[in-house]
Order: sequence, then structure tokens, then C-alpha cells
Amino acid sequence: MDSTEIGLWGVPLAMLGGAIRVSTPFIFVSLGEAITERSGRINLGLEGTLVFGAMTAYAVAVMTGSPWLGLLAAAAAGLCFGLFHGWICKFRGVNDIAIGIALMLFGSGLAFFFGKPFIQPSAPDLPAIPFGGWSDVPQVQAALNVNVLFLIGAALAVFLWWAFRNTRAGLILRVVGDSSDAARAMGLNPNTVRLLATGLGGALAGIGGAYLSLYYPGSWTEGISSGQGLMAVALVIFARWNPLGCFAAALLFGGAGALGPALQSVGVTQGYYLFYAAPYILTLIIMIATSSPSRSLAGAPGELSITK
Amino acid sequence: MTERFMLSRRDLLKTSAAGAALGLASASFPISRAFAAAATVGFIYVGPKDDYGYNQAHAEGAATLKAIEGISVVEEENVPETVDVQKTMESMINLDGASLIFPTSFGYFDPHMLAMCAKFPDVQFRHCGGMWNKDKHPMNAGSYFGYIGMGQYLNGVAAGHATKTKKIGFVAAKPIPQVLLNINSFLLGARSVDPAITCQVIFTGEWSLAVKEAEATNALVDQGADVITCHVDSPKVVVETAAGRGAFICGYHANQSPLAPEKYLTGAEWNWAKVYKMFVDDLMAGKPLPNFTRGGLADGFVKMSPLGPAVSEAARAQFDGTLAEMMKGGFSVIKGPLKNNKGDVVATESQTFVETAIELESMDYLVEGVVGSTA
Repeated sequence: MDSTEIGLWGVPLAMLGGAIRVSTPFIFVSLGEAITERSGRINLGLEGTLVFGAMTAYAVAVMTGSPWLGLLAAAAAGLCFGLFHGWICKFRGVNDIAIGIALMLFGSGLAFFFGKPFIQPSAPDLPAIPFGGWSDVPQVQAALNVNVLFLIGAALAVFLWWAFRNTRAGLILRVVGDSSDAARAMGLNPNTVRLLATGLGGALAGIGGAYLSLYYPGSWTEGISSGQGLMAVALVIFARWNPLGCFAAALLFGGAGALGPALQSVGVTQGYYLFYAAPYILTLIIMIATSSPSRSLAGAPGELSITK
Repeated sequence: MTERFMLSRRDLLKTSAAGAALGLASASFPISRAFAAAATVGFIYVGPKDDYGYNQAHAEGAATLKAIEGISVVEEENVPETVDVQKTMESMINLDGASLIFPTSFGYFDPHMLAMCAKFPDVQFRHCGGMWNKDKHPMNAGSYFGYIGMGQYLNGVAAGHATKTKKIGFVAAKPIPQVLLNINSFLLGARSVDPAITCQVIFTGEWSLAVKEAEATNALVDQGADVITCHVDSPKVVVETAAGRGAFICGYHANQSPLAPEKYLTGAEWNWAKVYKMFVDDLMAGKPLPNFTRGGLADGFVKMSPLGPAVSEAARAQFDGTLAEMMKGGFSVIKGPLKNNKGDVVATESQTFVETAIELESMDYLVEGVVGSTA
């Protein structure tokens, strides 16, 4: 057998590779959103932040030649978007979901506007670490080419999971998210905490955008996100506001997304539209299986406007 | 209460200024009229007009019209294939006075463009694709397209020489006739070099879906394909991903060689400037516009990217020979005996379909040797 022929093994391999390659933006956006939602606010604008982060990272990388500066700029841009959302939402009678939708459109539009001159040039990529050196099979090597951001995302998920439970900052975040009154009684200002939480969430979403444009698929086009930011926000609810759950859900989505192309490549060519719907069908099944009419969503922060 | 009806001094000033401006404008109207555009032409793109692909090819064509005296060009990009495009067309007609509109994306035709054709019988609409039919559609509509399948055949010739695994890959958007013809042509071109070559196709289901296109390219390379081409709106992602994995690339829509100079073999490109100029010349001369315009390599509707450094001497010779043959006219890519990949005969021994054959515009099969399915 030719060493390049891997046949049906291509499917699990593609799903593994796809999980690693595709999931990173989901990880960052959903972790960011988890922080924001744990503080009692929803920022639906992360789709716009993701697109704007992708554009900023690409533009800065093209101009400076350094992908790391691009990453930093994307995080800073995301932070600004997040802080803006947090600042507007502190006013009385402002609906965080509506502001989020506005910021989503604003972020995408602004990114398209500033991104025009950067569609054509090529930017340097973020580096990847080859973990597949032990294997002689080029497909395995390619699948295990892991970008540093994926590793950072994985570490961040574990850290946040630990920090939510075991640190003072985590406690403050959870108190504010569960009850503004209790937080005020403790002498905390819920608006400040939410402002910072939304800013941090935006910064993480910006990093997710940088991954899209600087690593995979690795170029700036206006259709780069195709709704991944929105899906990541939904993943947070799916993951029950648990950072480890966010990580797992992101991997699941990435892997399921790779299923369609991989099956076609091994000759399972009928019904590919159905395979492309696989991640969404999976979500529906899990949502239905884990929900119950007799209790509210487990783990939902009490101040969240969708659960109130 | 009475205050509301009283004009403040500021409002009075504003109103009179506006009136003066209006008067000035109407006074100068006859003069500016003489210099105004004799015709306004509208272009509608489904994506960004600098996407290294489909929309860029059209926008480059539209840009050449701007140099023609008396022609003014209005463009709108990122218009979805929904009722949005109807609104865009209406505003181009009502606000910009467009008399000729080119909705360039496949999905604009039915029902959107047809609805506008009925609503504005004096405006001409020409759609990029092969959908217009004399018996079914109004006369102020029409379609134009290039026979780019020939270009994909030449891509296939270059690919056939470059492949070592005898497996080539195609990232396709949707199984519509033009895409299927491109896939079939790519394989048949490669099989003109070596009949053992197979072509794996992956449909992404959408014209522009960056992540899925990258996944599809990776999946093809994983399965051993070492030359990749595509038919999606923006080949940038496919080209960069394939080159990153070490595969050769044949381009599509526009010249993508700057993205991967070492790995780029050649590419099938549009030359819309020629087509749009033809329509506009007819429009200016007051002649009726053709409803059904087609052309291929020989007519200058389609061109090939310069051959890349990885193309061998043997490949270059066969490429040039085939190209010369095509330029003479009458070359057939789809000719008998030919079966589809389900084993049914699609062309008998004696049947040949030249590029102008209308049968090719309703193609619904993949030929033998293509691994993939149309549904």
C-alpha cells in the first residue's frame, strides 16, 4: 500500500485534524462569552468582534510583518468593542442583547470598510508546532500541526474553570452574575465588574478572529467568519457556562464540521448537505436530551437576561 | 401652540438656502445634461469585488467601462441572492437611472431578475450564466457566459503531467451545470495525458465558505490528491491551503499565481472586459443587445494564466498544442464514447459536443473517473 493512501482512516483523522484546526476561534469566543455571561450580561456582538479582530490582525500583520503584533492589535480592538458594549449597557433601560446585535453589525461593517485594501496582500502566519514528527504518514503530521493559539486556548479553558471556583476574582464574577443585590451588599459595583468582564470577553474574541485570518484558513476575506462568532455564543449555553464544557463543545463542533468534506473525500458522496448539518443536529439532540421542563438551565447565572 | 407654526430665523434661512440651491441646480441642469452620462450601467456582485476570484473578474471588466466616455458605472457588492438584489436593482434603476444591469451571480436570475424584467420593461438585464431561454423568458433579459470549461481542460492537461499520485482534486461549490462541466473538463484534460488519472470532487454547498473550503482542500490532500483546482467564488483560501500542504494548484476565475508562485501551474481566467465592452458598444450605437452571448478562448472571453515554473517541457508542449487546437475552433471536450460515473452512456461513439452545444448547459452528470456525486 502506498504510504499516501490512508483510505477510510482519513475520516477520523480529518475529524481530529479538523477539531484542532477549526475549533480554536470557537474556543476563544466561547471562553470570552462565558466570562461575560458569568457576570450577568450577554454580548451577542462577538460575531462582529471576531470579524473585526480578523481584519485588524491581518492588517497589522501585513503592515508590520509580525503576526504577533497583529494578534495583539486584534486583542486590543476586541477589548475596545467589549468595553464599549459594557459601558453602554450600564445605563438604565439598555438591553444588552439589542446592543450586542447592533455591535455585531457595526463590527462587521467597520471591518469590511477598513479591510478593503487588505484583501489582496498576504500576511505572515502564526506559527504552528509540529506534534506529528513521530509518524511517517504525512496526513498524520499535517493533522497534528497544532497552532500555539489552540494550546493557549486549552490552557485558558482549564485555568478559567479553576479560577471561577477558586479565586477571589472568580467569586466576584459569579456573585455579580447571580445577584446584583448580593454584590452591592458585598460592596461591589456590578457595572464595573461587568464592564471588565465584557472587555475581557471582547479581547478573547478578537484573538479568535486573529486565528482565523492569520492561521486557518489564514487570509482576510469578508466571508471569513460565516457565523462562527454567533455559534460560539450559542456554545456557551450549550456548555452550561462551564469553560471546560466550552472547550469540549468547540472541539465537537470543529470535528463535526470536518465530517462533511472528509466523507466526500473517501467516496461517501451522497447527501453531503445532511453531513454539513451534522453539528447543528448534534446540538439539537444534546439540548433536547439535557433539558427538562421542570427546572431551569443548570448553571445559568441568575442575572442573565435570557434566564430572568 | 402657535409657536410650532412660526418659522424661526434659522429655519427660514435653511429653507431659502435650499430653495436657492434647487433653483441653481435646475438652472444648470441643461448644461450638465450635455456632459452627463449617455448611459448608466449597473453591476451587482454577490461578494467583495476584490476577492481574487469571481467578483474580482467581473469588477475588473466593469472597471474598463469607466474609461469609456459617456458611460457611468454603478456597482454594489456583497448583495445576497435574496429579495435584497431586487431592491438593489430597483434603486439602480430609479435613483441612478441605470438602463443596463448586470446581476453577475447565478442565484440572482430566478425569481429576482425576472421580477425586475417584468417591472421595468425598458431596462435591459443581462445575467451571467446560462439560464436565459427564448421560450420562457422576456426579451429584455438575457444571459452571457464564457466557455471556461476549455480552460479547465487545459488546467487538466497541466495537472495530468504534474500529478505523481494520479489523483487530482476539485473543490466545488454547488453541483450546477457550469461547475459540473468544469469538473468533467478538468478530469478529461488530465486523462488526455494519462487515462488512469481520477479526480476527487468535494462540494462545499456554498459559493463562499472559507473554513469549509480549507477543510475540503485538506481532505483532498489527505486522500492523496496532489494537484488541486476549484470552482468557488474566491479561490484564495483553496490556493493558499493547497500550497501550504505541498500540492500543485490550477487557478480559476482570476490569476492567483502571486499567492503561490512555485506551486501554481496555470489557471482558467475570465476576460469580462471584452464582453462588457461589446454590450456597451451596442448600447451606445442604439443597436438591440444580444440576448444570448457566449464565447470561449478563441473569442477572447476566457484566457489562461501564464504557465508556472513547475510545468515540465512535455506538459508545456501538450498544453500549447491543445491550446492551438482550441483556438482553431470546433474543439470538443465532451465527446463519445463517454460514460458518467454511474456507468450510463452520456455520449455515444459518434456524438461530439462542441463548446457551444446547448446540451452542455444542462449538464447533470459527472463523467467516469470523477469520484463524487451531484446530490
